[in-house]
Amino acid sequence: MVGQAPHPKFLVESLSVHYPDGTESLHNISLQIPRNAITVLFGPAGGGKSTLLRTFNRLNDMVEGTRYSGKVLLDGENILTPDLDLVALRRRVGMVFAQPVPLPMSVRENMTYGLELAGERRRRNLDRAIEEGLQAAALWEEMKDRLDEPAHAMSGGQQQRLCLARVLAQQPEVILLDEPTSGLDPISTAKVEDSLQSIKKKYTIIIVPHSVQQAARLADWAGFFYQGDLVEWGEGKNLFIAPKVKRTEDYVTGRFG
Amino acid sequence: MVKRRKLFESVIQFLIRLCGYSAVLFVAAIFIFLLQAGLPALFETSPASLFGQRWYPIENMFGLLPLIYGSFIVTIGAAVISIPFGIATAVFIAEVAPRWMREVLKPFVEILAGLPSVVLGFLGFLVLAPLIRTTLNLPTGLTAFTGSILLAAMALPTIVSVAEDALDSVPKSYRDGALALGATKWQTIWRVTLPAARSGVLTAVMLGIGRAIGETMAVMMVTGNAPQIRWDGLFFPARTMTATIAAEMGEVPGGSTHYHMLFLVAILLFLISFLVNIIASSMLFRAKKRAERMLS
Amino acid sequence: MRLSRTVTQRIAFSLLTAIMSVTVLGILAIITYIFWNGLPTLSWEFLSSMPSNGMREGGIWPAIIGTLYLTIGTAVVAVPIGLLAAIYLSEYAPDSTFTRTIRIAIVNLAGIPSVVYGLFGLALFVLFLQLGSSILASCLTLAIMTLPVIISTAEEALRAVPQSFRVVSISMGGTRWQTIRRIVLPQALPGILTGVILGLERAAGETAPILFTGASFFLPHLPQSIFDETMALPYHLFVISTQVPGMPVRIQYGTALVLLIFVLVMNLSATIIRSYYRRKRQW
Repeated sequence: MVGQAPHPKFLVESLSVHYPDGTESLHNISLQIPRNAITVLFGPAGGGKSTLLRTFNRLNDMVEGTRYSGKVLLDGENILTPDLDLVALRRRVGMVFAQPVPLPMSVRENMTYGLELAGERRRRNLDRAIEEGLQAAALWEEMKDRLDEPAHAMSGGQQQRLCLARVLAQQPEVILLDEPTSGLDPISTAKVEDSLQSIKKKYTIIIVPHSVQQAARLADWAGFFYQGDLVEWGEGKNLFIAPKVKRTEDYVTGRFG
Repeated sequence: MVKRRKLFESVIQFLIRLCGYSAVLFVAAIFIFLLQAGLPALFETSPASLFGQRWYPIENMFGLLPLIYGSFIVTIGAAVISIPFGIATAVFIAEVAPRWMREVLKPFVEILAGLPSVVLGFLGFLVLAPLIRTTLNLPTGLTAFTGSILLAAMALPTIVSVAEDALDSVPKSYRDGALALGATKWQTIWRVTLPAARSGVLTAVMLGIGRAIGETMAVMMVTGNAPQIRWDGLFFPARTMTATIAAEMGEVPGGSTHYHMLFLVAILLFLISFLVNIIASSMLFRAKKRAERMLS
Repeated sequence: MRLSRTVTQRIAFSLLTAIMSVTVLGILAIITYIFWNGLPTLSWEFLSSMPSNGMREGGIWPAIIGTLYLTIGTAVVAVPIGLLAAIYLSEYAPDSTFTRTIRIAIVNLAGIPSVVYGLFGLALFVLFLQLGSSILASCLTLAIMTLPVIISTAEEALRAVPQSFRVVSISMGGTRWQTIRRIVLPQALPGILTGVILGLERAAGETAPILFTGASFFLPHLPQSIFDETMALPYHLFVISTQVPGMPVRIQYGTALVLLIFVLVMNLSATIIRSYYRRKRQW
């Protein structure tokens, strides 16, 4: 079930993940995530998509007792080793969550938070990161005069795009998105999707969409997950127009969900 | 860089962990030091005399009963006053008062909680005791009853705030359900909300009583400090365990039997408060777990 | 005779209101009475001068400054330990039996009678550690007594900060401590401050813990070091109202009022902080 992506950003080999309470595990997954493209992980709830997503930045570790087996190689390096520098990993692999989480500070401080964590203090670099990040998320025009306002005063759509901009300010290599538009109106959703399309040449984007339609819109590559197994994997267009596996077809056409 | 960051993190984590463990350390230390100074008393007097009815250190009489009786009667008196008052006030604040009144009443009760016991004892001594003497026609106003009134005032805020929390955490659906079935507001409170908050209210009462048992200054100033056991002792002077320690410790020669006995009384107080608080907090813990389960 | 439901309700509610009013009026009466009788005594001279004639004249300055020293000293010891302990319980502690033991210990510390703390302070700090009857011994005793209040309120304030902030910070490469220092702690600060003030309020008003550890009634001059004894408002009030014959009543009320104001100011600040920051919260 491995795709034909050359030079994969992530190489997943026989990955299994077990949470201590027995929920959402992955069974022996193998796949490749191509760089500079949007990869979509979709499927019904409980399929393991979020687990896989959170394995790429080892965020599963926040749940005590999570166990991994197998390998996940980021540019050839296994990120599942126990003594991995998680801080460095998470700077390279950023994440946007389902609910917008503006940090309880100003827009400016939200944007510079990641850099300040890393010890960056130079005003010039911080300002540049703010502008570039907001530009990439198509927020610069809206925000440039409101940088010192509290972030939580923004609308839901703006907050979520801020969360994306915040991640971009850290200049990551990979961006993970877990149902980022599930709480947003269609216009904000479109803006987020447009941003992703425009930046994908520079980043590797892995997204768990909140609908099959969104998956179809965004996917350069896609993987269909069902109850912890990777059922099918392939180029975006093919998977949605002409899925090879019956179960994929049933899901994509709405026979179950 | 990575190594230095990791070292820093582990040093901080060590300090945090140390402080986290400190509470256990302190409890153990308190218990050990009390034991060390108080246990000798058990060997210096016969157990029989410990249960004697006379606490008269000058003549080497160390019967604990009058002290226990004093604490007991003052606390019971305080409970009789503060429990109905406390629960009623809590019910009022939680269920009857409009929102604006609640925002005023809660800080108000907190003011009472903050009043130093010596200030209440001062007023009790100067104002309340003479009042009681004249109104009830007693030989002296320094009685267990006077102490009960002050203790009730001190236990009240504890009872009110814990009970009010308990009533607040009763799920709204309970009340709504009762009202939808046609119950009046009072019927809802009496038959649904209060019973649902039963264990929290009980906890409040226990914590309030625990507070009353441990009170020192207020009782010392108004109960007359006469260790005695009488069946009608409520309106006569009495001596609590706490007042005994506070009053006599100052003039006791270190290492003497009297000294050890006072520590023994302290051990007794420690154990009583330990028991009361363990029971109360385990009830609170269980009630919270039950509420979490129901709301999930 | 069976009462109708509405009548029962009316009776019940009137009773509740009556009881509540008695409670409120009682509190008001206490405060007003002390103000009424004590205010005339309050003057700059009373507050700032030394007592004379066996405390029967003059001012209560040494008692005031003594209470200030004790309160600050208690804070210096109790706040760091209490705060770090709260951080441990909220951010690091696993769900284990030992953690439960810690919590039981805290509940216990909270319930120990203040006079038992006094004896403990005497046994450990004054005698065993040979600190003598001193400000230091009293502060250490008061600090342990104040710990449970600080730990509980601080932990609650820390837990109230939404978990999503922590997750975001960690996902951006923040360490646990960075997350605490930059986000959790600042957001929990108002709640922590409220708890600290309320804890110190209690410490300032307590007599029994300082009775055998450092409080003295008659000191000819102010304490020069932390190894000296000190006068203190609560102890002073206790002695002048019950132990000194011929003590003018106005001085008693004046002293009571000063202590009351001290305590009320702390109470008020805590309430104000709590409600102000509740409104300003960014989540």
